[in-house]
Amino acid sequence: MSDFLQHLINGLAAGTIYALVALGYTMVYGVLKLINFAHGDVMMVGVYFGYATAMKLGHDSQATFFGVVLVFLASMLGCALMGFLIERFAYRPLREKPRLTALITAIGISFALSYGFQLDLGPLPGASPRAFPEIIRPSEWLVVGDVVIWNWQVISLGIAVGLMVVLQYLVYRTRFGRAMRAVSFDHRTAALMGIPVDRVIAGTFMLGSALAAGAGLLYAIKDTAIQPLMGLYVGLKAFVAAVIGGIGHVPGAVLGALLLGLVEEFVVGYTASTWRDAVAFGFLIIVLLFRPEGLFGRVQAEKV
Amino acid sequence: MESAAIPGPRGLPYGVRGIFPLVVAVPVLAALEAVLGHWPFFVYISSLVGVSIIMAVSLNIVNGMTGQFSIGHAGFMAVGAYASGKFSLETKELAISGLSVGMSDQLLLVVSLLLGGALAALFGFLVGLPSLRLRGDYLAIVTLGFGEIIRVVVQNTEALGRALGLSGIPQTSSFFMIWFWVFLTVLVARRIAGSSHGRSLWAIREDEVAAEAMGVNTTGYKVRAFVISSFFAGVAGGLFAHFVPIINPGSFTFVRSMEVVVMVVLGGLGSTTGAIVAAIFLTLLPEALRTTFTAVGGGDASLAQKVDQIRMPVYGVLLVILMLARPQGLFGTKEIWDVLPRWLPRKRKGMQ
Repeated sequence: MSDFLQHLINGLAAGTIYALVALGYTMVYGVLKLINFAHGDVMMVGVYFGYATAMKLGHDSQATFFGVVLVFLASMLGCALMGFLIERFAYRPLREKPRLTALITAIGISFALSYGFQLDLGPLPGASPRAFPEIIRPSEWLVVGDVVIWNWQVISLGIAVGLMVVLQYLVYRTRFGRAMRAVSFDHRTAALMGIPVDRVIAGTFMLGSALAAGAGLLYAIKDTAIQPLMGLYVGLKAFVAAVIGGIGHVPGAVLGALLLGLVEEFVVGYTASTWRDAVAFGFLIIVLLFRPEGLFGRVQAEKV
Repeated sequence: MESAAIPGPRGLPYGVRGIFPLVVAVPVLAALEAVLGHWPFFVYISSLVGVSIIMAVSLNIVNGMTGQFSIGHAGFMAVGAYASGKFSLETKELAISGLSVGMSDQLLLVVSLLLGGALAALFGFLVGLPSLRLRGDYLAIVTLGFGEIIRVVVQNTEALGRALGLSGIPQTSSFFMIWFWVFLTVLVARRIAGSSHGRSLWAIREDEVAAEAMGVNTTGYKVRAFVISSFFAGVAGGLFAHFVPIINPGSFTFVRSMEVVVMVVLGGLGSTTGAIVAAIFLTLLPEALRTTFTAVGGGDASLAQKVDQIRMPVYGVLLVILMLARPQGLFGTKEIWDVLPRWLPRKRKGMQ
């Protein structure tokens, strides 16, 4: 029983992180109908931004409240800027081209980032894994019998839920959010109504990238080891979560991510950790077999 | 779109036309084997190139001709490599009576290759049937996921050597065998492109909804394209397993899939000869750079290692630049004889 509870808690903790990354996928898909393959790698870059900031702060100040806030802010701002640049120079010129072109570009960017960061040239970090500084010193928050809830799990959950609430407010309560939803609905009509489509898409990209950076830091705190290929897998799993929830559907992405986190944790917990990477894709194929539009997505007839 | 040239040389009777490429290719390959087959470096490099060509040309059937986007081709290669490698390991002591040792080995190799190809085709069918009902980007992710699942399954299977892989597979891949399969793959790809089957694939590529409205069974054609493509990827894997000393899950990662994708995109989605040219170029380039740097560095291997490291980011940047500057790749949907300069003999276009 205590095993079961522990897996449940770990699964939910992993799921909230996937959820933050999945939200970026689903938002970008919403406005651009593009699967941003490079999203996970933007997250990875964000983690390295955070790493560099924490290193600059030094061992003592990085663990203070302001230190943590600073690390998160620096990483999220850096990623937002990078998201902007990627959208501006790689995706925008291809917006009216066939979708395959943009997909190949996204795969290219993903590769350039994840393998580029493995080089040891100049400021690039190189392939060997590094220990992420303990910006939240781990301690047991609650111990019930054999079940342990760590403080970073609680803080992660807090940050993740906080970011989701902010996102919900942005999308449903602000002018920008309304413009975003309009672009997602029909970007040509939105342009005719005077909505600056380019700016809205750029804004969505920046928002998604910032969320990814936040998620990446939480992941780094959980996993403690960071390396340039981490984005590839976390990104793919988050994408799977977004598809399971129904891509383009915001609450669906969160639920899909929680579900994926739990399934992964339980399968790994009761078999062997070497199966971890196969779980997400197996789950994806099963979901696509029976509900190709995702658990919460709507079936859309293809228009000619 | 380019009108299809009639395959085979003109003016030959239909019966001869069908076997004509075979009549030319087999003696040529046998002669090359006799002349160059004893030069290990050449055999090794040409084997690498041959496997790359089979991979690129077979992926082009799905990604180029049908307009789907599979990025898990290495998964099928892995299935073929492990299936045929395991078969050869089990039948290592076996010799077919009445044949010389060499002939018996080659016959067993062919059986193992067909086995690997068939198993890969079966997997292609299993993966293709559900996922080809989905739109392009979903297919991309499912094929990627499939490749990863294969890798994880192999890593957890004792009989397949887990992470260590299989070693001691008889090294029976010969120059002739590899290039004969290259020839078969290219022949099949070209014949498909020129057939009514290929026309249907092109129709799906150009507009799936319109193709369906014209009575093309889109799912059926896509699945068939997928099965043919994975068969040849499996054969390529089998050939690969029989000339490298060891196969392990690390040989068939996402990176390998991406290499093939880059080849197909660089050559031009839909161009068989483009895929061939790109496969030759992208296989020889790193080898050439490595050899050059090792020579320049005076045996210092660090420069040569840099080449290996820098290959992947360069592929990524290459894809982005290609898409921005020349999204149709080198040849687009044309073949090499359509883009040769005017003063070279060209294949005449159109029906006669």
